[in-house]
Parts: sequence; C-alpha cells; structure tokens
Amino acid sequence: MSSAEQTKTRLLAGNVSKAGVMSFLSAQGILIFFLLGMVVFSFFSEQFLSQSNIMTVVRQASIIGIIAVGVTVVIIGGNLDLSVGSMLSFATVLVVDLHDKIGPTNAILMMFALTLMLGAVNGILIGFMRLNSLIVTLAMLSIIQGLVLIYSGGQNVDIANQDGTWFAFFGRGYVLGIAVPVLLFGLLAILMQIVMSRTGYGRRIFAVGGNPMAAVYSGIRKNWCVFSTYLISAFCVACAALVLGSRVMGSQNNVGQGYELLVLAGIILGGTSLLGGAGSIWKTVIGVLILGFIQNGLLLMGYPYYTQWIVTWVIIILAVWLDLANKRKRLLTTHS
Amino acid sequence: MTPVHARTGQRQPIDADPVLKLEGITKRFPGVVALNKVDFDVRPGEVHALLGENGAGKSTLMKVLAGKHQANEGRIILGGEEMAFENPKHAKRAGVVLIHQEQSLVPEMTVAENIFLGSLPKKWGNRVDWRKLREDTNAILETLKCSFQHDDLVGSLSIAKKQMVEIGRALVFTPRVVVFDEPTASLTDHEKPVLYDVIHSLCEQGVGIVYISHRMDEIFHLSHRISVLRDGEYTGTVNTCETHEDEVTRMMIGRSLELDHASKPTDFGENMLELRNLTVKRIFEDVSFNVRKGEIVGMYGLVGAGRSEVAETIFGLRTPVAGEVVLDGEVVNFRSTHDAVAAGIALVPEDRKDQGLILGMNCRDNMTLASLSSVSSGGFMKGSAERSVYDKYHQAMKIKTPSWRQKVGNLSGGNQQKIVIGKWLHTHPKLLILDEPTRGIDVGSKAEIHALVKDLAKSGYAVLVISSEMPEVLGLSNRIIAMYDGRVTAEFDGDSVSEDALVQAITGMGTSAPAAATA
Repeated sequence: MSSAEQTKTRLLAGNVSKAGVMSFLSAQGILIFFLLGMVVFSFFSEQFLSQSNIMTVVRQASIIGIIAVGVTVVIIGGNLDLSVGSMLSFATVLVVDLHDKIGPTNAILMMFALTLMLGAVNGILIGFMRLNSLIVTLAMLSIIQGLVLIYSGGQNVDIANQDGTWFAFFGRGYVLGIAVPVLLFGLLAILMQIVMSRTGYGRRIFAVGGNPMAAVYSGIRKNWCVFSTYLISAFCVACAALVLGSRVMGSQNNVGQGYELLVLAGIILGGTSLLGGAGSIWKTVIGVLILGFIQNGLLLMGYPYYTQWIVTWVIIILAVWLDLANKRKRLLTTHS
Repeated sequence: MTPVHARTGQRQPIDADPVLKLEGITKRFPGVVALNKVDFDVRPGEVHALLGENGAGKSTLMKVLAGKHQANEGRIILGGEEMAFENPKHAKRAGVVLIHQEQSLVPEMTVAENIFLGSLPKKWGNRVDWRKLREDTNAILETLKCSFQHDDLVGSLSIAKKQMVEIGRALVFTPRVVVFDEPTASLTDHEKPVLYDVIHSLCEQGVGIVYISHRMDEIFHLSHRISVLRDGEYTGTVNTCETHEDEVTRMMIGRSLELDHASKPTDFGENMLELRNLTVKRIFEDVSFNVRKGEIVGMYGLVGAGRSEVAETIFGLRTPVAGEVVLDGEVVNFRSTHDAVAAGIALVPEDRKDQGLILGMNCRDNMTLASLSSVSSGGFMKGSAERSVYDKYHQAMKIKTPSWRQKVGNLSGGNQQKIVIGKWLHTHPKLLILDEPTRGIDVGSKAEIHALVKDLAKSGYAVLVISSEMPEVLGLSNRIIAMYDGRVTAEFDGDSVSEDALVQAITGMGTSAPAAATA
C-alpha cells in the first residue's frame, strides 16, 4: 500500500467514526429533547419523577408498547398497519366476553386464534395479493370495528366474578415486584429485538422493506415475509388485549379506538422511518416511553387529557422536521 | 475481433481562448480530498472529454462547475469573468448546464412543460403563456431535430427521446458550456448518432462541450481534446488526434491494460442449461439454446429484444406459456426466485441499484443476502461467518471500501457490481447469469470483472452473459446467441464471428429465414 493510499484509508476511516458521532447525536436528538421535557415537567410537578409515578407511566405505556413492537416489524418490512386499533377492540371484547362463557383458558386460546386470523387476512391481501397496505389496513380498521359491534350487539361486556379468576394476573399481577404488563412488554421487545437484529428472518424483513425488488432478485420470498409481519403484529395485539381485558375486567366495544395513531406516534418519536428497511425495536421502546411521559406530565400539570393530542403530534412534526433538516445538511456536505 | 488499441481521433484541436477555465480547484469532503488542485478548460466549439475511473472525481468536478458543490479552493472563470456559483440555477443562468446521468424529468408532464419546468413563460397575472411556451418549445425541438411533439407526454417517450428533452432543457438559457455526463449509458447503438448530431450542432454554435464517458470509441469519435483525472488529481490533457487508447488508459489507471483474448475458457463439460422452445407471451418466442459447464455463452441484442426477459424466466420471475427449462439434466419449473436460487441459479441483474442491491444496507449484509442460511445456524446469524464471507470476496475482487459497515449506496458503480457478483458467488451456483455486468463501470473494474468471469468459467461454472456491448460479447464468449425482436436469430462461434454478421443478426437484417438455433 502506498503512503497516499494509507492516508486515504485512514482519512476514510476517520470519516466513518466522525460520521458515527454525528449520526449518534442526531439519532439521540429526540432523547435530549425528552430529557429536557422531563426537567420541565419535574419543575411543575413534584410527583413527576417519583418512583411510583414512573412505574405508573411505564405500566400505562406497556399496552401501546406491546402493539408498537409488532407494528414496528410491519413498518421495517415496508408496510403499515392501521388496523391494530380496532383489532385491539375485537380481541379485548372477545376475551372478556368468552371468559365467563367458556372459561379463561379457552377464551384466551380462542382470542389468539381469531386475532391471528385477522392478521392473516391482512397478510394475504397485502403480502400475496400485493394490495396497498395503507388502504387494506384502513379498510380493516372499519371492517373489524363493524364486526365487534355486530358481535357485541352494541353492548359493553364485562367479567362477572372479577376477584375469583386467575385471568386478573395479566393486567394486575406482579412478578418479582414488576407489573406483568411491563414484564410482557419487556419480554416481547427483547425477543423481537433479537429476532430483528440477530436472525436471518430479521435480515430478510429489513431487505424486503429496504428494496423489495432487490430482495426478490436475491431469492427472498418477499410475499411470505410481508405476510408474516402481519401475523406478528396480530400476535402482539392479542397480547395487548390480554393485558387490557384483564386490567379492566370488562370492555367497551370501541376500547381500542385511536390506538393505531398512538402506536404510530410512539414509533415515529422513536425514530423508525415509515419508509421501511430501517429502524429498531429499541427505538420504538424509547418512543413509546417518551409518549407516555408526555401524556403523564401534561396530566400532572393539570391540562385536560386532549391537550396531549396536540402536544404529541406537534412534537412529532418537529422531530420529523429536525431529522429532515439534518439530512439536508448532510446531503449538502457530503458528495452524493 | 481485437478492438483496435491504437485507435486515435481525427479531430484537430480548436485554437481559441477558452470560454471556461477552472484553476486549481480543490474540494474536500469530511475526511476525503475529492479534488486536489485540478485545472480544466473548455474552448468554444470544442468537445473536451473528461476521463477517469469511477471515483476519480469527474462528477465532483462537474458538480463544482455547475454550482451543486462549492470548491474549497480555486477559481472558475467563465468568459473572462470570475464566477462563484451558489447553486445550479445560478450556473444555468450564467450559461453552464449539466445534463444529468439520471434523468430528472416528470413523466406525467408534456415535453414543453418539462423543458420549461421552473422557467415557464408567464403573461400578466402570473398565468402561463401557453402560446409562447409552445412556440419556444417548437424552436428548441427544431434545433434538436426531434421527431416528437411539444405536447407528447414525456412518460411515453423512449429513453433516447427523453434524453433529447433533457438536452432541450439546457437550451432554454443560451448555454455557453454544456456538460454531458455519461449521455449514452442507456442508449442503444442506433440511437447514439442522433445525440452525436446534437453535440456537433451545439459545437457549431460555439458552445463548449464537456463530455464524460467510459466509452473510448465515443470519446475518440467525438472529442478534440481529452483530460484525465486520477484519484482526484489532474493527470493531464492531450489532443485527441495525437494520442491513442493505450496512452489514455495509462493516464487513467497508471498502467497499461492488456486485453487478453486468448484466455477464454476452452474446456467444456456437459449441458448445464438447456432451453427448449421457451416462450413467454408477447415477450419472446421459441427460444432454444444451451450453456455447458465451463462455457461462457454471450447473448447479444438490442435493448428490448427480450434478452433480460429470457434471463428472468430462467430465474423464476416470469412464467413461460410453452417450452422447457432444463437445468443439469432435469426439467425445472420455478415458481419463485427462491426456488431458482435453491436449484443453483444466480442472476446478476441489469439494474444494480433497483434489482441488485439494498442501497441502505451495509456491504457485508448485501453480500450475504442470497445465502443467509450458509451464515446462520438455527436461524441465528453468525457474525464471524458473515465477516469471513465478506472478507473473502472483498479481497478476491479487490473491492474498495473503507469498511464492511459502509452503506453500498455510497460505493462507486464498479465496487457495487463486485458486491453483487460476490453475493452470487457465495451461493456456489451451477449457472451464473450476468445481465449487462459492466454497464456504467470504469475500465479498470471492467477488466477485472471480465477476467473474473473467465476464471469462473474455467473453474467449471456455466456462464451466460447478456450484453449490448460488442467488444464485451466478443471478448468473453465461446458462443454468441443473437436475439432480435423476441427471437433467437442466429448462433455464432465466439472466435470466428464477424462484426457484420452479428450486427445483421441483431437488427433483423436477413431474418426471412432465421438461422435455426442449434440445441
């Protein structure tokens, strides 16, 4: 290697580490923002940083978080899933209603089976029939809500004997001092993070989301991959329904309404691109927690709950704008 | 059919003061010096070819010239005046236009709207002056001698015609310097003369042309002078009529390039692939040929003749309505690319960026994408196995990347192509299909890829090469299959075929009695 080449290699290597620091900072921009927010909130409310409040926030965020883990996989695969909200209503109403009729074990099995079937419908339409995921899941959002209303006859459902069932474990129980919803969220997140970053399956999903055509040209079964992401998403929704149904021990027939947007908000806040092919479960976990603290902080400061809609999405627009501004700057300073 | 290496140009240099002068241009990017004190000038009415391998800094230099990048040092002097272009629009108004490699047209708009995009003629009330737009467009189309109309939709035009629209854009502001960056990369041989005519007529009007290309024949045909960049450094300028290909190549890569025609594989085994009367509706018909172990078969034809589609059908991407694909003695019927890969077929596709690579993924991950099961156990990726696969091909093919973590989108065309080839070699295929393996790649990488393909065939691979470049087909193939309009028109011996016969076979001349393809 000539000395000129050596210098060049060294320079290039330096470039990478420097770019690494920069991209780290820009990736952590949202985290810095988050810490600032925490400081502000803790100024206004003494409870905010108390241990019990933090545990409450994490516990409340876990339902959104569990769903967001699944939807993140769909998004990395290059698609969207907006049907998770009414799918959550469906699964929760189902498990609560069946609890007294066929017993908790059977109710849970039935709920998982039927929810996975809905996921399979999404997966077949989008994966194998190659329909647009935005349209299909938007349609499924309404269709499933309709199904729930037909099933429940418009009535809310609840469990008669709320104290005498082990079903309460999923929403109200603790293991080693950790709330079961949080535990479930954590386990699912770790599991899917490992799947996405360490397995061939995860690599294929990233490839399909990054460039579907090149994935097909590499011998990857794209249709199956897309199909499977919707099964994962539905599975996560079923887990969330388990927690939600068990915590409330009853269900309104539109209990999941709006969850699809909260889930998306968490994912975007975390920094996973909606374009597919990039992102991670960790980012989503962070995003969902940020979302939870924003909501909680505003409530503690005495603002009515609907202010969080405005604040959350204004922050999202800000985050997206910051990210874009960053990318533009990078485009201008490096050769394209 | 050895390409003439002593080729030299006829055009005498034009003696005039330069219309444009770049002096001591230095451009640094974080960590890299992309251009180091480069000098360059263009005289009015001349075609000045700019050569260099991928990554030598040609595109960066032109981006500095056209205002996309700003130089850290150096001066740009246009018509005796020092300029500092802040953006491409600024440069364009001053008369410096870059014709893009990638076309940046809006397919849903008409020719006129595209040409005047961003500078539509207006009348009072800020309304578009459609009449003036039409007249101005017609004037431009006339100078370019275009056969299409101002109100044709750009999306309906062929690639060559789209390029004319792109050139038309340059003529909106009276240009003084026009830069063509790889203008013929997507043109077929019979579309090129139209482009040459346009360049000549621009020259006659006193416009200075900068012409970037990898194709020596074009450069020697068109240019008055040739300048060469190597690793961001200016290596010199020569008059085209006083130089020859060897000298220019030496300037580019620092050594002389030996095209070794005697090194074709000679030892063939049994049939690896056999196509029997393969037909895909409305695309190609009755295609039959075979590829033996250790043999390189070239598939030559114009764009649109159905060559890539034949490859896609073998690879399981299209379903034939009739005929058979026989691989290694067995009739196969692939429903998906997954089946084809599993059966031992590898396809290096025509379009690296859309079909070959996941641009946002790093080099290593792209390299192992077609053989994930070989670098994982129980579904889990083995990082060390992946690294050793990457290291193996990185070394064997001399891929230039700072690290395996580099996103492939940041690599030059030649290195990207090597990654795609490495990806397929690691699947240890029985049949390797290469579709336009060296399109848009610099001469150095091109020669390396050619040598590699020959070595692969000698080690027993059956290789099918699809190409629109005659020297490539002639230089590589043991046999050549000529296609025209969805049919195999002839099969030739790669060593004894004449260029004339090949051209006739792929342009449909003398096809009244198509030569039956021998199986």
